[in-house]
Amino acid sequence: MTEENRVPLLEARNIVKTFGSLRANDDVNLTIMPGEIHAFLGENGAGKSTLVKMIYGALQPTSGQFFWKGRQVMPASPSVARHLGIGMVFQHFSLFDSLTVAENIALAMPGPHDLAALSGRIAQVSASYGLPIVPSAMVGDLSVGERQRIEIIRCLLQEPQLLIMDEPTSVLTPQEADQLFVVLKRLAAEGCSVLYISHRLEEVKALCDTATILRHGKVAANVDPRRETAASLARLMVGADIHAIRPRSDGGKTGTPRLAMKHLSLAGDGAFSVALTDINLIVNAGEIVAIAGVAGNGQGELFDAVSGERLVAPGMLLLDGVALGRTSITGRRKAGAAFVPEERLGHGAVPTLTLSQNMFLSRHAVDPALVSSGLLDNSGALAAADRIIKAFDVRKGKPDPEARALSGGNLQKYVVGRELELKPKLLVINQPTWGVDAGAAASIRQALIDLAQAGSAVLVISQDLDEIFEVADRVAVISRGHLSEARPAQDVSREEIGLLMAGAHEAGSHEQAGSADHAA
Amino acid sequence: MNRLGVLIMRLEKRPERSAAMALASPFMALAMTVVTAAAIFALRGNNPFIALYVYFVEPLTALWSVEQLLVKASPLILIGAGLAVAYRANIWNIGAEGQLTAGAILAGAVPVFFTQWQSPLTLAVMIVLGIVGGMLWAAIPALLRNRFNANEILTSLMLVYVVQLMLDYLVRGPWRDPQGFNFPKSVTFADWQLLPYLTPGIHAGVLVSILLALLLGFMVSRTIKGFEITVSGLSPRAARFAGFSEKRTVLFCMMLSGGLAGLAGAFEISSVVGQLQPQISPGYGFAAIIVAFLGRLNPVGVIFAGLLLALSYIGGEAVQTALQIPDKITRVIQGILLFYILACDTLINYRVVFAAPVGGRT
Amino acid sequence: MDILLVLLTIIMTAATPLLLAALGEMVTERSGVLNLGVEGMMVMGAVAGFGGAYATGNPWIGVLASIVAGMFMSLLFGFLTLTLLANQVATGLALTLLGLGLSALLGESFVGQPGVKLPSLGGIDPLVPFALFMVFAVGKFLFGTKMGLVIRAVGNSHTSAHALGYNVIGVRYVAVLFGGAMSGLAGGYLSIVYTPQWVENMTAGRGWIALALVVFASWLPFRILAGAYLFGTISILSFVLQAQGSGIPSQFLSSLPYLGTILALVVISGNKALTRRNTPASLGQPFVPDR
Repeated sequence: MTEENRVPLLEARNIVKTFGSLRANDDVNLTIMPGEIHAFLGENGAGKSTLVKMIYGALQPTSGQFFWKGRQVMPASPSVARHLGIGMVFQHFSLFDSLTVAENIALAMPGPHDLAALSGRIAQVSASYGLPIVPSAMVGDLSVGERQRIEIIRCLLQEPQLLIMDEPTSVLTPQEADQLFVVLKRLAAEGCSVLYISHRLEEVKALCDTATILRHGKVAANVDPRRETAASLARLMVGADIHAIRPRSDGGKTGTPRLAMKHLSLAGDGAFSVALTDINLIVNAGEIVAIAGVAGNGQGELFDAVSGERLVAPGMLLLDGVALGRTSITGRRKAGAAFVPEERLGHGAVPTLTLSQNMFLSRHAVDPALVSSGLLDNSGALAAADRIIKAFDVRKGKPDPEARALSGGNLQKYVVGRELELKPKLLVINQPTWGVDAGAAASIRQALIDLAQAGSAVLVISQDLDEIFEVADRVAVISRGHLSEARPAQDVSREEIGLLMAGAHEAGSHEQAGSADHAA
Repeated sequence: MNRLGVLIMRLEKRPERSAAMALASPFMALAMTVVTAAAIFALRGNNPFIALYVYFVEPLTALWSVEQLLVKASPLILIGAGLAVAYRANIWNIGAEGQLTAGAILAGAVPVFFTQWQSPLTLAVMIVLGIVGGMLWAAIPALLRNRFNANEILTSLMLVYVVQLMLDYLVRGPWRDPQGFNFPKSVTFADWQLLPYLTPGIHAGVLVSILLALLLGFMVSRTIKGFEITVSGLSPRAARFAGFSEKRTVLFCMMLSGGLAGLAGAFEISSVVGQLQPQISPGYGFAAIIVAFLGRLNPVGVIFAGLLLALSYIGGEAVQTALQIPDKITRVIQGILLFYILACDTLINYRVVFAAPVGGRT
Repeated sequence: MDILLVLLTIIMTAATPLLLAALGEMVTERSGVLNLGVEGMMVMGAVAGFGGAYATGNPWIGVLASIVAGMFMSLLFGFLTLTLLANQVATGLALTLLGLGLSALLGESFVGQPGVKLPSLGGIDPLVPFALFMVFAVGKFLFGTKMGLVIRAVGNSHTSAHALGYNVIGVRYVAVLFGGAMSGLAGGYLSIVYTPQWVENMTAGRGWIALALVVFASWLPFRILAGAYLFGTISILSFVLQAQGSGIPSQFLSSLPYLGTILALVVISGNKALTRRNTPASLGQPFVPDR
């Protein structure tokens, strides 16, 4: 350790940020030393993103100060922050699909506009850090991992002294994540500090030198993650022991095949979407089958095909042996299926309609208590919404609020509850606990297990491997629209799933498809 | 880069839409329109108080002009109610003027070809043909959107010009009244080619318009069809999740609004106009766009909005005769009114905060 | 040969207002803003252009007045849609309705008055080559400069642009004002150059055709040039046929440009591969910076 290390690179003192009545950051202190990898932990909604956005100049604090190398600063905009030497890789990438890689990077670069010279520098940085990327490629055509590389290169080109990474591994395969850790460790060795935001505790333990844990907008602890266990870190994050999932009492007994996908294929819709290729999968009554995969590998398309939002050939999809490929989503619901899409707001629920009005959305054709001879029964809808609110402990501010007024976890509980109440024979759910707090996530996962135990078939599409191992009886992996064979969850390791996520099984039909994938 | 968009005021999103503002916004818009109109009158050198009185109040003081008001409101309500439903679903039919014309042409074909046919059935056939004409003309942009993804805003508007030229050709050519001294007009309609009158000034179409608007209001708020339309507009993705077909909604909304515009066309030629001529509407199809927004895209609200817009037509005629102010002022006032409604509607979802802009320190 | 040259000149003359307005609207739409008020901005440009030239006797003042009028109208649009976050479709319609009404009122005393024509330089109206120049300039600007890149970026994803620190609203104001200036100029061209007089509604749907041209050209400047000349040809064709006494009813010939617009929209919009990549992804969506 050198003399220079005594002065913190960045110090946040007594930062407060309020949004209306909500105190998103309440007197937060954070100190980052040069060359350290500093973990920033917390649940969804704990206020991590808020603080980070203030460091990066995208938000301004209500009160409090920032010090950069001991000097007081106030990043008024991202360009000021970049000028100081702060780079940020967002969880939701700030990229432009219809522009090239070089154009995307040029947008973050000061100085004269010279794409040719910039392309040369991109190639250089990309080679020296082992982050392969083609400067002239159109971003919309790239995979999520490649997009993240653009974001990282964009930061590195500005030779930052602090690199902020917001949940970088949530979109990567385990192997891609390992590659990323190599890059981050090398950067730290070169003197660049890293602020690493995550809720994945194992990787924080493996990677980070120190950790600041945020809970409800306040700093709960500063610890050395290498000396903690995952469980102790989790306790600090949540503030209590996480409610453990009750395993099935019947030991996972399954029944007859309920949902069958046979050679299901679907062309891509639009410029940047994924085509599904020859998907085969059976989900039996009484079991939970999970589909793992990195975001953007055809999960949305698969959900659309199974739900009937997009139609396929009749025999590609069967429910209890009946061909339903050309049956509308309404017809499939009448046959006993229910669906929960990934997006709660704007897909699973209409943001500006109330919870009771949103009851009609998925149940107008299957619930006689809501609609009779074309007329809406508003009191029936209110009663139904009330039952769900009670059963799933949906917290809300007023009796019948608009969907958008609910927090992510509460709205997700409502949307899941709306489908579960009908006791569907088949439930298809995409990213069941995405962006949901730990408490709500646990109760949703429990509800899925209980549903399967009661004899329903459940298909879970998820990016979260922890979640998958918690609920699934069998696991399949989707990659570029190809689905691997489903295998019992206790027989597969994370490493195997990781390889499949990277496309190992696509070689199934053509040998070279797999190798081309690895090269990419 | 400057902070032009922020100025001194800032909008803060409300957690939920404000019901109070939704109700107050049209009245605020109306008040601001009246003030602006007064300023325009003053700028022209007229006494603004007298002009405002003549424009907005005097027409309501005589029975004959109130009757006039209802008669002018009838097509505005009919078309506006249909457009309100379509706009709720984010389907932008702006070719109602053309659908009105198409309805008038088809309805007018009956007296033109069967001049001597006089029976209650004559009127019934005219009305049905009027609806069919409007529906067919509106079905074209609907099908082009469903089949070719062609923007219905542009196609429905282009079809206005096409059908107006078609009408122009007909009344100057094959459908011209042989005894009409070469005027570009069809035969004059009579008896059962005209609507019955409820009072000397009010024809039956007025009552039908209001009843249909109430019916549409019921459809929008209480039926699953209305829910389907509302959801399609608020969130297309959620509508697909609900199993509502976008194409079906497009066709339904276009044909509904087109059919009502066609009906308005049939009513106009069988009452006020009484024959086919190159121009049968003073822009009702376009003014109804304003009516739909002023009525909060709610068919019941459209009834009141239609009456208000009708007043703007009559007021325009009144200031022209009484004060020699050109009646072009009508369209200006209508345009300003729409601007103010759109501006005031912001307050339904946002509240205005007058404060230093965020990051104003730098 | 001579007749071809004459014909080409006439076509270019008829195409110029479409070209100007469509170029301006394309830049506006590239920034993610759909301004359907082109017709209203154009007709205001026409009345202001005529009035400016008529009052001062100097047609160049008229040109300037038309640009200012178009910008004023687009500023109104920008304030509603960008600052007050009003619905862009509805506001565009409002702009057109207001423009048509206001121009009729303002131009009432101009009806029947002789206009002041912009002098042509060597037989060519200066705005015709100017419009051609603008095709190149706008193309170079959008695809060869940082500011052009920023406009395309804002139109593709306003959230990403905001995250990188760009002032989305400011960029969009600039693009909207440019669209207004070009539409106003297009209107001024009609009343100062094309038919130097004021007639109510003299734009006759050209603003809407310009909007269709932007879609037809899939937001690319050189395709707008091609499209505008194609439409110039159609409208000249209908004139020529009417003058020749072809026996086809004149109303049918007059409706050719409108029918042609519909046809063009159908052909282009049906081709997803052609439109998807260049369509500004955030077109028509209001930008609300998250807290």
